[in-house]
Amino acid sequence: MLAAIGVGSLQEIFDRQIPAGVRLGRALELPDGQSEQDVYEHLRELATRNTSVEDELSFLGAGMYDHYVPALIDMLMERSEFLTPYTPYQPEISQGGLQVMFEYQTAICELTGLPVSNASVYEGPSAVAAAGYMAKLHNSGHKIVVSAGLHPHSLQTLRTNAYGYGAEVMEVPLRAGITDPEAWAQAIAASGSEISAAIFAQPNFYGAVEDAAALSAAAKAAAAGGDPSAKVPMVIAQVDPITLGILKPPGECGVDVAVGEGQSLGNRLDFGGPSFGMFAAREEYLRRMPGRIAGETVDVDGRRGFVLTLQTREQHIRREKATSNICTAQALNALAGVVYLAWLGRSGIVELGELLLARTHYAREQLAALDGVEKHHEQPVIREFALQLDADVAAVRRRCAQHGVNPGVDVHALSGRDQDRGVLLVAITERRTRADIDQLVAVLGDAVAAERDSTQAHRMSVPA
Amino acid sequence: MSSIDENHLHADPAIEAHHLHASASGATASPLQREPARTIFQKGAPGRRAFMCPDMDVPRVDVSELLPARFRRSQAPRLPEVSEPEIVRHYVGISKRNFDLDSGFYPLGSCTMKHNPRLHERVAALPGHARLHPLQDPERAQGALELMWNLQHALSEVSGLPHVSLQPSAGSHGELAGVLLTRAYHEGRGQTRHKVLTPDTAHGTNPATVTMAGFEVVKLATNADGGIDIEDLRAKADTDVACLMLTNPNTLGVFDPNIAEIAEIVHGVGATLYYDGANLNAVMGISRPGDMGFDIVHFNLHKSFTQPHGGGGPGSGPIAVSERIAPFLPVPVIVCDEQGAFDLDHAPGEGVGSKSIGRLRGFQGNYGCFVRSYAYIRSLGGNGLKDASEVAVLNANYLLARLKEHGVAQYLPLAYGELCMHEFVLSGGPMKRELQIKTLDLAKRLLDFGFHPPTVYFPLLVEEALMVEPTETETKETLDAFADAIAAILKEAAVDPTIAQSAPYSTPVRRLDEVAAAKAPRIKEALD
Repeated sequence: MLAAIGVGSLQEIFDRQIPAGVRLGRALELPDGQSEQDVYEHLRELATRNTSVEDELSFLGAGMYDHYVPALIDMLMERSEFLTPYTPYQPEISQGGLQVMFEYQTAICELTGLPVSNASVYEGPSAVAAAGYMAKLHNSGHKIVVSAGLHPHSLQTLRTNAYGYGAEVMEVPLRAGITDPEAWAQAIAASGSEISAAIFAQPNFYGAVEDAAALSAAAKAAAAGGDPSAKVPMVIAQVDPITLGILKPPGECGVDVAVGEGQSLGNRLDFGGPSFGMFAAREEYLRRMPGRIAGETVDVDGRRGFVLTLQTREQHIRREKATSNICTAQALNALAGVVYLAWLGRSGIVELGELLLARTHYAREQLAALDGVEKHHEQPVIREFALQLDADVAAVRRRCAQHGVNPGVDVHALSGRDQDRGVLLVAITERRTRADIDQLVAVLGDAVAAERDSTQAHRMSVPA
Repeated sequence: MSSIDENHLHADPAIEAHHLHASASGATASPLQREPARTIFQKGAPGRRAFMCPDMDVPRVDVSELLPARFRRSQAPRLPEVSEPEIVRHYVGISKRNFDLDSGFYPLGSCTMKHNPRLHERVAALPGHARLHPLQDPERAQGALELMWNLQHALSEVSGLPHVSLQPSAGSHGELAGVLLTRAYHEGRGQTRHKVLTPDTAHGTNPATVTMAGFEVVKLATNADGGIDIEDLRAKADTDVACLMLTNPNTLGVFDPNIAEIAEIVHGVGATLYYDGANLNAVMGISRPGDMGFDIVHFNLHKSFTQPHGGGGPGSGPIAVSERIAPFLPVPVIVCDEQGAFDLDHAPGEGVGSKSIGRLRGFQGNYGCFVRSYAYIRSLGGNGLKDASEVAVLNANYLLARLKEHGVAQYLPLAYGELCMHEFVLSGGPMKRELQIKTLDLAKRLLDFGFHPPTVYFPLLVEEALMVEPTETETKETLDAFADAIAAILKEAAVDPTIAQSAPYSTPVRRLDEVAAAKAPRIKEALD
């Protein structure tokens, strides 16, 4: 090979191209390479030091959930034809991947009740930020009004991105567990001609079902009243796709853009990723959407086929004028999503939604009946709910862990907000049976009681 | 695509091509691959299903009591009604209409389509990794945090920069992080800067990112050798410049020999130097961005560190930074105490992340990708990573040499230089003028020969560009076969250019009408 190249050594190829001053000149200080078997053992050993949802009775949620992933998804995702190609730049040999994107877009449009969807973005919180950027491109406003019911990670991600694209994020507080409708309308009205977007979560971070139609209508009405120069904000909802079998779709609630974390649809937990982000919108935003979009066309013989379309939005064509810098979808994760939806099917997604609703209701009522435990709010919930504990949540969780139960997320630890002290967020997926819920009730009840006793004892033992 | 006739390459290509050309619908694709595309929404029958719902084991309550009607969906979403065997057959069927890296050569420039070892899928699927909840308490996720810590260390060593954040979800996301870090760095010094320099050879993500992060793009010219035009840089580098974003080796496959001088000019005006890591596969263990003077680097774990590309995602785009940028890194930050216990610090009081730009996404990043890339790094070790880069560069230069031997160079000359790094860019300009076939035609004809074409029409400043990146995991035999195929297509075009102009013939569909697709977009199936 060297002779063909016309060099005497491999070294010569580098010597002729890389100046000596920027050469490393030593070996990388990394462990030596290992055999496949040894690497397997190392990675297996690391895995044993993680407590997975198989190792305890887990009620963790807050953005990612332990839903059952059917076996056929593993099998399809491992197929070389889906696992190992890149973005379908050559459509003639990428019809499989492109058709999956087209089917995925169809499913997401149907779930959200919105007419257009892209082929997916990175994940949930960054999808919220991407929607905020699209709003700014669309209406050049620089104020984003956002409900405090958004997931803290979504709020933080939105702020990080808004810092770059020059938008101001204004948070509207919750009242009785849902976005305070008066504060919401006021914040939008006060932004006048500077408003860009109004964003809420459905269900919200505390599990509460928001009145999405009322929030959308209020956002548009607030802008219409008073100041004649006032803009109408783009109304953006962060939704959880698995609830959309029973929950009114955002498209029927006046929402302009629906985004969300797609992990609940057939994707594993993977300690937080990769998963996929949904991004669906009204027709008028189609040419401003970020990310890949698959479209239908025909070949020279008139045969149906699919291509990446509307690429003039994208970075490789438009460069600094692109609507986003995103250049890949989460194709493999979106494949899992659409296969999952086909597996659930038209009636399955409703049945699953109703099962989640019933088990979650049962769990919430049982838990709220415990001493020292109250509902955080009285709003309807679907798959997750917040509780207010009259005890230190971290300490209660440690006590539960000793019994192999992870009762949920310590909200204050996640959000850092003072008002979240004592709040426990409990997720109930279809993998948690009534027996599991009963066990949680027993363990959490004991833990809260024990924690209150020990705090009481501690107080009594400390001299005044 | 696996059905492409293996004898194809040994037959007289011109005769073979005529044969294909003569039968309009061509078809070395199997009958199944050629069936008209029907989506999953067009299959099944009312009432058919795969899912069996777990038992309603809690007291049944009327749904309307739990969820008021005004919040409820009135009609079930029109999802498919199909059985499990139908789902499996449908997706296995359409998968066969994909070309993939496991089936053949995929020299897609700038994408580093190297082999994906299956060990990585096995370890990533271990329940301790795959079924670990992202909000598990750090003390019960020690294995995951140790893995991330070790991966950070490895990326730091490869890049020559001291601090790493694994959070960004993809290369483009890493770029956004990097430009936001630059903004925060300058503002931290009380400066507001407005411009970011990018060479005209840059990946499209660079200028797109600059706009998203609120800066103005200023383009830099390329010199005759394919590197940065130093005089242009000197003229444009002023104290309003926040950053220069650079790929080295760049998208022409050229390692910029003036990198030290470039760094000096950029740092001289107080700007940061950003390294787009898309081409890191050329220099692992050989030359480090940190030693070249870069302040911020993003990695593409799906390129250099062989996370499977998944048909266009997922990826992962960690960043490494110098000391002066470290306080601004995203949170949370992984920390390790003296006992070797790991934790996530969401609000560091000092040092790394203490003046954080905030979060870029949910949770800790694409951990599933970290597991795979960490397994890769442990398999290869430091010397193995260097070997990988050396062989990647060897393979690229060998393929380039083979393409010269065949007399290809007169139609497809190397755009810049004599040698290349891990990839090279040819210009199809002479081919277009002398043989009447464009780079697009060559690419489409390659499909009939069972190869994925190189990246085409990028970089933009090369006429009819063809960007070839073979990677280190290809054999000499594969490179030879590819060179033979290019030569055969050019020879065929000399006899009859219409063959390539109308290619491909053997694929599940032939050339598709992209203009019509964009003009009246149909982006979803019509449902009844």
